[in-house]
Amino acid sequence: MEFLVASAIGILTATGVYLLLRGRTFPVVVGLSFLTYGVNVFLFAMGRLTLDAPPIIDEAAASYTDPLPQALVLTAIVISFGMTALLVVLALRGYLERGSDRVALGAAEEGAET
Amino acid sequence: MQRRGPGAIASLMNIALIVLLPFIGAILPPLMIRAGRAICTTVTACTTLTSLALLLVQAPAVFRGEVPSARWEWLPQLGLDASFRIDGLAFLFAFLILFIGLLIILYARHYLSREDPVGRFFAFLLLFQGAMLGIVLSGNLLLLLVFWELTTLSSFLLIGYWRHLPEGRQGARMALAVTGLGGLALIGGVLLLGQIAGSFDLETVLAQGEAIKASPLYLPALVLVLLGAFTKSAQFPFHFWLPHAMAAPTPVSAYLHSATMVKAGIFLLARLWPAMAGTDAWFLAVSLTGLLTMGIAAWIALFKDDLKALLAFSTVSHLGLVTMLLGMGTKLAAMAGIFHIINHASFKAGLFMSAGIVDHETGTRDIRRLGGLAHVMPITATLAILATLSMAGIPPFNGFISKEMMLEEAAHTVYAGNDWLFPVLATLAALFSVAYSARFLFHGFLGETRGPLPSKPHDPPAGMWLPVAVLVALVVAIGLFPEQLAGGLVDVATAAVTGAPAPAYELALWHGVTPSLLMSGVAVAGGLVLLALYRPANNLREATPRPEAKRLFDGLIRVSVAAAAQLSDRLQNGSLQRYLAIMLVAAIAVGAVAFAGGVHLPGDRPIQPVTSTAVVLWVLLAGASLGALLLHRNRLMTLILTSLVGLVVSLAFLGLSAPDLALTQISVEVVTTILMLLALNLLPKETPRESGAGQRSRDLGIAVLAGAGVAAAAFAVMTRGFETISDFHLAQAKPGGGGTNVVNVILVDFRGYDTFGEIIVLGIAALAIFALLDRNLRGAAARRIATIGRVTESMDAHPLILVVATRVLLPLMLMVAAFIFLRGHNQPGGGFIAGLVAAIAFILQYVASGFAWARDRAHYDHHSMIGFGVLVAGLTGVAAWIFGQPFLTSAFTHVHLPLIGDVEIASAMAFDLGVFVTVLGVVVLALANLSRIQSLAQPEPVPAGPMDIVLEPPAGGETVETSASTVTAAGGRQ
Repeated sequence: MEFLVASAIGILTATGVYLLLRGRTFPVVVGLSFLTYGVNVFLFAMGRLTLDAPPIIDEAAASYTDPLPQALVLTAIVISFGMTALLVVLALRGYLERGSDRVALGAAEEGAET
Repeated sequence: MQRRGPGAIASLMNIALIVLLPFIGAILPPLMIRAGRAICTTVTACTTLTSLALLLVQAPAVFRGEVPSARWEWLPQLGLDASFRIDGLAFLFAFLILFIGLLIILYARHYLSREDPVGRFFAFLLLFQGAMLGIVLSGNLLLLLVFWELTTLSSFLLIGYWRHLPEGRQGARMALAVTGLGGLALIGGVLLLGQIAGSFDLETVLAQGEAIKASPLYLPALVLVLLGAFTKSAQFPFHFWLPHAMAAPTPVSAYLHSATMVKAGIFLLARLWPAMAGTDAWFLAVSLTGLLTMGIAAWIALFKDDLKALLAFSTVSHLGLVTMLLGMGTKLAAMAGIFHIINHASFKAGLFMSAGIVDHETGTRDIRRLGGLAHVMPITATLAILATLSMAGIPPFNGFISKEMMLEEAAHTVYAGNDWLFPVLATLAALFSVAYSARFLFHGFLGETRGPLPSKPHDPPAGMWLPVAVLVALVVAIGLFPEQLAGGLVDVATAAVTGAPAPAYELALWHGVTPSLLMSGVAVAGGLVLLALYRPANNLREATPRPEAKRLFDGLIRVSVAAAAQLSDRLQNGSLQRYLAIMLVAAIAVGAVAFAGGVHLPGDRPIQPVTSTAVVLWVLLAGASLGALLLHRNRLMTLILTSLVGLVVSLAFLGLSAPDLALTQISVEVVTTILMLLALNLLPKETPRESGAGQRSRDLGIAVLAGAGVAAAAFAVMTRGFETISDFHLAQAKPGGGGTNVVNVILVDFRGYDTFGEIIVLGIAALAIFALLDRNLRGAAARRIATIGRVTESMDAHPLILVVATRVLLPLMLMVAAFIFLRGHNQPGGGFIAGLVAAIAFILQYVASGFAWARDRAHYDHHSMIGFGVLVAGLTGVAAWIFGQPFLTSAFTHVHLPLIGDVEIASAMAFDLGVFVTVLGVVVLALANLSRIQSLAQPEPVPAGPMDIVLEPPAGGETVETSASTVTAAGGRQ
């Protein structure tokens, strides 16, 4: 299981990084989403993997997984939503203002429509 | 050095208040200006007067030789104490600052015109006054540095007070650049001093003079300290900023350049005299700099046509005089320097104010146009003439006495084996002083009026000439009775400078026929001759090449700005791709270096079994990611694949014992997908292929390396055991936090403060989104949005099935949200998830029936919801204070409700409610505003009702809506 999770983190990160290096805003935002998935799972995995031991206090439970990374990742998920939303809207406003969705400053006006 | 006396301890606070009052009082003038200029001036003057009174209370102790002081520990780790002490030197300077400050305030009230914001002026002036007092009264070198920088900043504000004048702004910038640079050097010097002495406490440092001078760090420390002092006191070659600072209003010039700002450098030299003076290096550097400054500035002053420029260079010259005396290192020279500080402050402040009066009354300060002012403004002219005579060093005025002492010292000074250099140059400088003073006098005030003046001059109101009169009275009185009036003050100040009793020397006009008297005579006669030869001398000066300091300075600034621009242009070419690539490669390189030095074997923690579900999910995730990589130019497809990945991740959380995360991830996924769809509707649907094969393979290489590195790191960590810090959380969740869902308890209780910060960040993000999607898009954005062509889509704007389904879902989802919220403390759920679920329920109404329809039915303002949520969460935390607990300490109790059973009421639940409301507000605000933008872009008319099909004949808008909700309700019941 550890190998599956680790490789999944790697795949998510690689996809995210590749998309992050594209020249238009939309792939960059999507790339950041991928990277977020990867980072969140990575942080979560720092509490190690445990099956069938949710951190809900129960007298019948023998053990619990580490709850702290979960709490951190939970807020990270919500915050990353806020970040994605802000970035998307920023990209949209930039596109509306300049008529181009390139991320490079100098190259912006080439494809501009008037 | 006297220890503090018992009486002084009682007045600890009073000593600190001398410095602090001007800072506190600086708030008042901008407020009181509403009550009129007179009140405003009175308030400002009262602040200064109170400080002055507090200072004078200490006078008897100071004159007895005690050092009243007050000290509090501030940052003991750094050696920084809030420590103030009043020895003779500090008393002298503080008195000058406050006394002349008082006169300046009175003068400024009449000088500044109706259009000038007087409140701001007095606020700046008081800030500056406080900073200056801080420098002179600091008992700790680090504290002195703080006040030193404060004078730099506040003088910048004062010099640039007339911000509409370009010269004012340039002069202020130049002063800031030069003195700020010196301030940096001084920081280095003081830190070195503290390093040598082992303390920043002034008394400790001063007591270790021998150790400091013997230290190998002495020379670097000396150079840095002198840089700080020379830039501040405008010593050659840093003298150029001071004349440009003359663009300030005259009260500022009179204050900064007679008694305060430029004297700070000299004060520093005097203050550190016991610790640093007396060595060859000190003597060679300081005395020669002073001598050169004195001569060069006096020469330049002679040829300045602007009254204030002439006085400015004269100031530089006199500062050079004091610097030279302090540099000589003898006690008598130090005494002469101290005495000249008093004398210069009195006559120069008076002269600046006189120049201001002339400017104010005649409309010009150009000497070539003035002349004969004695006839039209007799009071001003008389006062100015007396002060000028003192500046020239003519008996029986105070300037004569200290100049005589200076010449006497110079006459005996042997510089590097040379016994004529100092006497000759000092006499020459005195000669130039006489010449420019005489020019000021004869060309400005005596003789006949030369040109037509912009306005007809007459004497100003008493408020303007009275301060000058007070100063001139001092000039005359000290000149006639020097020992009686100034002797005591000079003695205690000299004792404080030298760290030993002052030499027995009587300040007097007549010491017999001494070398200095002869030198004085030569200077006076030569100066008058030089003035008579003014025209040829000026031609000679015009003919000789001379460096223009301002041009050099501007050139230097231009070159450094250009260099900085070139550097940053090279590093920052505007390409995000490039920045990201550099950062990623750097991160990979750092990781590679760490990897090379580590162990490369997996750990020995038992591996978890692989389930078949996990394999399926892994294949899905890998496939979706690969698909996103390959198909990323088709944006809609990318979005679909991204959602698939999100789904897999949330299922993975579920399988790995994290039900809370699974719930959060899945609801965030829904919201994000809707958000991205909305944005994509307005953005281009395709990404063109732009990067070449080379760049793509480079990016792929970076991506693979990054992915492999992260995967390896994750694997390495996961296969190793660890010490968790969560045992506390698991053990205390139920007894301490009152909940069994440990994740939720951590969020709302153990680490509630983090959560509090996070919902604030979320709220800020939502407000930023709102701002970006401005209600009134203008310009290019508005035009573009109107012309965005919509691709052919479904002809149903509001499909019937969707409308009905979302109406049914609304109450159900809200109930689910409430359920998730209530059980969150004990079972998976909580404010975050409940907020997201409720938000989805509302967003669906927007999706189904359009923005306009949904907006009209939204009863709550989303901004207020965000504010309310943060407020509730914050107040919950504050409530803990009422019970004497730290912020966000939670309490809980169990309540038995009929039917529902045992319900636990925890204060954490109120906090969670705040989280819930904030998240709800944030999500709905963000998405609703995006959909509002969509509605701007729709070219074809959209049906106004909730759905496309009108169910009943429209008798009016209301009927349609009622029928729709009836149908919805009916549908709900089926």
